[in-house]
Amino acid sequence: MRGMVNGCWLMVVGVSLVILLGCTSSMSAQDEGLLSRLDIDVHGFVDVRGGMRTQEDLNEKDASLGEARLQLDLQRMGDLSTIQVRADFLHDEVALEDDLDIEEGTGFIDLREANVLISPVDFMDVKIGRQILTWGTGDLLFINDLFPKDWQSFFSGRDVEYLKAPSDAFFISLFPGAVSIDVAYTPRFDSDRYISGHRISYWNPGLGERAGRDAIVDPVKPDDWFEDDEVAVRAYGNIAGYELAVYLYDGYWKNPEGMDPAAMKPIFPELAVYGASIRGGLGKGLVNFECGYYDSKDDFDGTDLYIPNDEIRALVGYERELLKELSMGVQYYVEQMQDYTSYKSVLLEGQNAKDEDRQVVTLRLTKQAMSQNMVISLFTYYSPTDSDGYVRPVVKYKVNDAWLVTAGGNVFFGEDDYTFFGQFKRNNNVYGGVRYSF
Amino acid sequence: MKKTMISMMVVVLGICSGVFAQELSVEEIVKKANEASYYAGKDGKADVKMTISDSKGSARTREFTILRRDGDGGDQNFYVYFKAPADVRKMAFLVWKHVGKADGRWLWLPALNLNKRIAPGDKRTSFVGSDFLYEDVSGRGIDLDKHELLASSDTHYKIKSVPKDSDTVEFSYYNVWVDKKTFIPQKAEYYDKNDKLYRRVEAVKVEVIQGYPTVMEAVASDLKSGTSTVNVFSNVKYDIGLSERIFTERFLRRPPKEVR
Repeated sequence: MRGMVNGCWLMVVGVSLVILLGCTSSMSAQDEGLLSRLDIDVHGFVDVRGGMRTQEDLNEKDASLGEARLQLDLQRMGDLSTIQVRADFLHDEVALEDDLDIEEGTGFIDLREANVLISPVDFMDVKIGRQILTWGTGDLLFINDLFPKDWQSFFSGRDVEYLKAPSDAFFISLFPGAVSIDVAYTPRFDSDRYISGHRISYWNPGLGERAGRDAIVDPVKPDDWFEDDEVAVRAYGNIAGYELAVYLYDGYWKNPEGMDPAAMKPIFPELAVYGASIRGGLGKGLVNFECGYYDSKDDFDGTDLYIPNDEIRALVGYERELLKELSMGVQYYVEQMQDYTSYKSVLLEGQNAKDEDRQVVTLRLTKQAMSQNMVISLFTYYSPTDSDGYVRPVVKYKVNDAWLVTAGGNVFFGEDDYTFFGQFKRNNNVYGGVRYSF
Repeated sequence: MKKTMISMMVVVLGICSGVFAQELSVEEIVKKANEASYYAGKDGKADVKMTISDSKGSARTREFTILRRDGDGGDQNFYVYFKAPADVRKMAFLVWKHVGKADGRWLWLPALNLNKRIAPGDKRTSFVGSDFLYEDVSGRGIDLDKHELLASSDTHYKIKSVPKDSDTVEFSYYNVWVDKKTFIPQKAEYYDKNDKLYRRVEAVKVEVIQGYPTVMEAVASDLKSGTSTVNVFSNVKYDIGLSERIFTERFLRRPPKEVR
């Protein structure tokens, strides 16, 4: 089955390339109008970047990043439909496995988008295929956005757009009036591109130490078509300049946070999330609030040691311009375990107990300089309850309309080895890259 | 007696000539200039090619299509769809301009599929790195300044505008030359707190489109840094019947055919 799906996606990429090559070669021959007659827009970039760990990690390569990628972006906007194919072709020196798996995003092709958008009726848009999906109000914090993320890319210095991994989904939007409704249906569960140990070392509770390539996380993933599916719904509207939304999700924890004790394999337990958000102006800035109830369906009363408990997650944020071209955003975020007493009662001896409340504050500072051609930004996560954090400094400079150079770092710190950010301490890295866009 | 007669004649003639020329009050001129600049037709669209040149002679370009739709009480919606350079292609910028209160602003980042709301912020900040400011694009509230008619030639009114709240802006005043026929502001010159001219915005080419005098080429110059930006407008159309719903999240996610 997996092979067939891969084959399908490969065909999409292949056909797109054939069209592209056909067009360019015929263009050079004589018929210059073919590309424009087909109305296909071709753009993309070449991006080369490298990074290295700033400390030794025996379980990982010293190079945290070393890759060259070509992104091709083909788009055809017709009167009835818009077709979009966007694929990255990459050579990755750090990757452990070279097997091409378009669904998982490993190998030399990372298919970002391959979809068709139609409006069958005036008040409806439907986008079918591979697509990037995002919603919610948090800044690099996600409560109701349960679309796949790529944490390995995020932590290793790829452009922030790679934090979003693609979904293979039907995305249906309805605009009947004041309230709009989006439904994302993913017929087969798309997990996060989670921390597996390939690139980023992590705390392995079974081993009681940090692990990486010596203990690759190998979970069992729900993968039956139309059985192990995901549904995400959002209804949203505007009232007096405030954007309100309610959300619903029914699927799985996006990371392998559970464990099958019999098979001793990590699993993705079932999860439903009910949430809401609001965003709007306050004083000279913007305020946002978002919350969600995480219903961990496989652990009804919180007594299953191997399944995460129910949680309430909430965040409040405020963003404003401090000075001209200097903006600041702050957020407070909390995850509260719902059956904490049960959780504590079944905890094994020697297991590190989590706090009932995990709190995180974030600070974003963004400075634009040199006619906005240079952007200096600093994003910091700090958890007072876990006593750990993560700092992301990035500098980007647009040399001209085509060339962009980037330098940045990923710095984790923490008192303990097993907390959320603290576990990644040996992955601290610096990186740099150049991108040519066309 | 004779002297009195003459002076009375002068006064009467003076009044008459004033009446015949229909001299407008400065408030009326400013209002008409604002309408001519930002409210031609009920809606409109234009393709814009922007060239930003620095003092060393290197240039950067931006190409975008801008849609505008007027609402009630001077409120307006703008939709800006970027086409070049490649790194900003397909980004879209949505503004709900509210007269007398903060605008709503959203930026669509296609690679992230993200609808990012932007904090209201300083409207006297550069628009996409150019020498034009947000306020030049969407208009500065005419009630924010005190206006004074300095001179009136055959062709132009010269108006001095002084901000009522000088702490919120970088200029101490600006002079505007308004064309008497079209009411298009031909030139604006901004003076800093030391009374030094530092910024100039000019309409260098004006054409009449569907009966509306329209700026087809505008230049903004930063006289301190030596940078300047030229905006060339093309495919300008008015009263095309833009729907209100274009200016919503739906059409950030999927650009409307009007910007293609």
